[in-house]
Amino acid sequence: MKSLILKTVSKTLLPLLILFSVFVLLRGHYLPGGGFVGGLIAAVAFILHAFANGLPETKKLLRIHPGFLIPIGLTIAILSALAPIILTGDPLMTGLWQEQDVPVLGKIGSALFFDMGVYFVVVGVCLTIIFTISESV
Amino acid sequence: MEILLAIMTGILYAAGIYLILRRSLVKLIIGIVILGNGVNLLIFLMGGLVKGRPPLIPEDGNALEGIYADPVPQALILTAIVISFGLQSFAIVLIKRAYKVLKTDDIDTMNKTDDIT
Amino acid sequence: MTVFLFVILASFLFSLLLFGMGQKVFKRMTWFASLLPISLFLYFSSFAKPIMNGEVFNFFTAWVPSMSINLDFRLDNLALLFTLLITGVGSIVFLYTTQYMKGHPKLMRFYVFLSIFMGAMLGLVTSNNIITLFIFWELTSISSFFLIGFNNTESSSRKSAIIALSITGLGGLALLAFGVLAGQLTGTYSIAEMLQSPEIFANHEYTVYLLIFIFLAAFTKSAQFPFHFWLPGAMKAPTPVSTYLHSATMVKAGIYLLLRFTPHFQNNSYFFTTLLIVGAITMLYAAFQTLFKTDLKGILAYSTIGALGIMVFLIGIGTSASITAAIVFIVVHALYKASLFLVTGTIDHQAGTRDITKLGGLRKVLMPLSIAGLIAAFSSGGFPPTVGFIGKDLIYEATLNGGLNPTVLTTMAVLTNILMVFAGLLVGVKPFTGKQPVELGRIKKPHFLLWFMPMILAALSLLFGLFPAMVESLFTHNITPLLTGEASPHLAIWHGFNLIILLSAITIAGGIALYFLWKPSHKKESSMIKFNVWSPKSLALKFADLFQRLSYFLTRTFQNGYLRRYVLIILVLLTLVFGVHVFVNPRIFLSVKEIKELNWNEIVILAMMLVSVIFTVFTKSRLSAIAGMGVLGYTMCLIFVFYGAPDLAMTQFSIDTLTVILFVLVLYRLPKYLKLSNRTNRVRDGIIATSFGTFLAFTIIEIMNETPIKSTTEYYAENAYILAKGKNVVNVILVDFRGFDTMIEISVLAISAIGVFALLKLHLKKHEK
Repeated sequence: MKSLILKTVSKTLLPLLILFSVFVLLRGHYLPGGGFVGGLIAAVAFILHAFANGLPETKKLLRIHPGFLIPIGLTIAILSALAPIILTGDPLMTGLWQEQDVPVLGKIGSALFFDMGVYFVVVGVCLTIIFTISESV
Repeated sequence: MEILLAIMTGILYAAGIYLILRRSLVKLIIGIVILGNGVNLLIFLMGGLVKGRPPLIPEDGNALEGIYADPVPQALILTAIVISFGLQSFAIVLIKRAYKVLKTDDIDTMNKTDDIT
Repeated sequence: MTVFLFVILASFLFSLLLFGMGQKVFKRMTWFASLLPISLFLYFSSFAKPIMNGEVFNFFTAWVPSMSINLDFRLDNLALLFTLLITGVGSIVFLYTTQYMKGHPKLMRFYVFLSIFMGAMLGLVTSNNIITLFIFWELTSISSFFLIGFNNTESSSRKSAIIALSITGLGGLALLAFGVLAGQLTGTYSIAEMLQSPEIFANHEYTVYLLIFIFLAAFTKSAQFPFHFWLPGAMKAPTPVSTYLHSATMVKAGIYLLLRFTPHFQNNSYFFTTLLIVGAITMLYAAFQTLFKTDLKGILAYSTIGALGIMVFLIGIGTSASITAAIVFIVVHALYKASLFLVTGTIDHQAGTRDITKLGGLRKVLMPLSIAGLIAAFSSGGFPPTVGFIGKDLIYEATLNGGLNPTVLTTMAVLTNILMVFAGLLVGVKPFTGKQPVELGRIKKPHFLLWFMPMILAALSLLFGLFPAMVESLFTHNITPLLTGEASPHLAIWHGFNLIILLSAITIAGGIALYFLWKPSHKKESSMIKFNVWSPKSLALKFADLFQRLSYFLTRTFQNGYLRRYVLIILVLLTLVFGVHVFVNPRIFLSVKEIKELNWNEIVILAMMLVSVIFTVFTKSRLSAIAGMGVLGYTMCLIFVFYGAPDLAMTQFSIDTLTVILFVLVLYRLPKYLKLSNRTNRVRDGIIATSFGTFLAFTIIEIMNETPIKSTTEYYAENAYILAKGKNVVNVILVDFRGFDTMIEISVLAISAIGVFALLKLHLKKHEK
């Protein structure tokens, strides 16, 4: 699949798709979207890049092994779940919210960070699986 | 449409089950995927079909009002879709690995290899 | 109370301690284990004086009061007798084992099991709650299982252990049934309180079940005919175990149970008659068997069964005199039989054989041991002035004065005792007399513990014989009120010349004559083998075999290792359930209106779905099957788009893409699609799958006609923004209301990724390539 057109397109498509995935993630609380979808879109973006440019290129671009995203995501999710216990003494996973609205995003709260954790885990899992399989073929 | 989709669910179940009952591992896993789709459709149907009204609270409102698609089965299915991806990827890699080691795709011959020396 | 509870649990704690010490440390200080039985013996001895004066100690802690299961212990004279026996013989055996099994690699494990056994046995005899009694009862069976199978590398040991466990375990279940039934009928689980409802045990419509259960429990544990056969097999255990469990203590648990419940059943003639008959059969049968054994332990095993038979027989006579005789005989038997077992163990340890035809002349090397053997044999035979003589006196007194037919009873007792004299002499005297056979070679002198321990027991036999008042004050005083109303006989070595002395003399003379006239040989032993076909043992084994074949058959049918078979069984059952429901209760409403209302995009979606499914199922190429599967996923996505589920549509779309990529990547390396099943199988599976799908569809339609309960949905719909500040309700459910589930879900995803990574990156071992 190493066609020149795809190669060229993918270079532009990758940042666009990733931007889109972040957008989907952040608006998830108000409109369709969220961590799962966002993470999947980001994963698809990287996989597309890998098909066009070869796996080594994508890995170079990522710098770290995608597997590391899994613990990072889990940690963010767990911290956001623990935050109410630490900060306000409420039970696990109580929602914490900022007072003012942020433009575009709406209110920022612990749920958003939880969703980000989900995002990272999903990206990490999908990329780890696909990369591992294509390497071992 | 509900009734036709109910029949469709039955067809998906039948197809999935038929494939699961085959001896080939590849067919088995495709059967699981189809059965998974059938289950998702079943859960979706149980929530009731509502055309074109996603469970989104309108910009100026504080709650869902009037007719809206049921969000609970949707949340369930979303989880199920993502989890089934994890399951399928693990299963397919397991098949690949088993094939590499045992040199067979036939489930019936696989369990005769317990005594590898 | 707490102290007593601790004492009961001490053995279990101690076994943990031994376990914690580790094999290496333990090896250097094996004597340490003996501290347990010795200190327990001293503790229980401190109760001797008050209990002799008629006091009874109760210790009570509620455990599971709602089910009337309490840590309720009661120390009376019968319990004290057993605790002293358990800890006393225990001390001897623990010390003996330090030398007997010196250097054994699994010595620590041995002591751990022995300690657990001792704790269980102590709990058994002191429990006043029938349920805790049952628990301790089973614990003794289990520890006995591990001790019989201690040489677990030998298949015969394992087999004997399993036979013993299944027989005694069966009895244990009967005991539980007895306990629950008696508890329900009397309204209390306390054994002492049960005495207040004598009518339940004497004459009630359920009394017959109580009898059956208690007999099953006691007869299996105490090796009564026809359950006796596990005991000779149990001799596969190391000799200290045979001494302790299978002669002195555990096998007497059944006797204990019968004695404990004698007061309850005292007005029930069936209780006593059954015991009399079973005891008589057992003692005659087992005593007769000793004639044909050549293994010293085999002889001892059968004479133990015989002795247990005598005890049951004596309880069955049911007079105060006979119960006293039974209790005295428990002590007498424990002393001489334990001593004989230890003598046998030392002979085996030094000479390397237990075959009576190969042994002789050992007195030169094993002088002290031969003295112990001689005294024990004399006590076993009832020679004066050993305690065995008193025991025998009491037996004859009981048979002469009690029961239905004194002549018959006495004849049976005399016959059994003649054979017991023979067995005792054979084990305790024969190996030491005569000329030493050449094959034995040079025999080393044993460590002093190996002859001193049996000597202590033998000396006690002699001591109690010379001073019978000690036995009386220690054991039988205050025990006889087990049966109300009668005075207990007075123990003495010489009552003057009477019929009993004459019978004793006949017994001894007969036994000695038999000893000189009957030489055991392998030929005689093998002559008995042809009768084995009809022995209870082979019948039980045949039954077990049949049972095993039945379970093999069932397992092969239902769990044959083929995934398809499991799926088939489950599906056929489910199809039947659905099918019956649909046919019995048809409530299907199909209307043409449905079809008319369809618009074109719905028709397209349905058509695409149908085509892709059929294509996926029937295609002959893997790649097209995957493509069909992918298309199916996209049509699902379209359904989600049309029916108000944008989140689902997006997720389904990306997941479907990823799945197809994944399958294509992997399946290139997989084999070609083969048609493995034949036509019949395919048709069969097709029918099952189709009928399942049909019935499911009907059921779904039926369910859709019901009004759904939407309270959960409404709660989320109303509170999504108010409580969680989100407007996409699906996302709010995922990350907030049910956030913990999502947390688990991403963990599962992470695990599957790790699994994939490990499966593929793991290097194959050589033999797997």
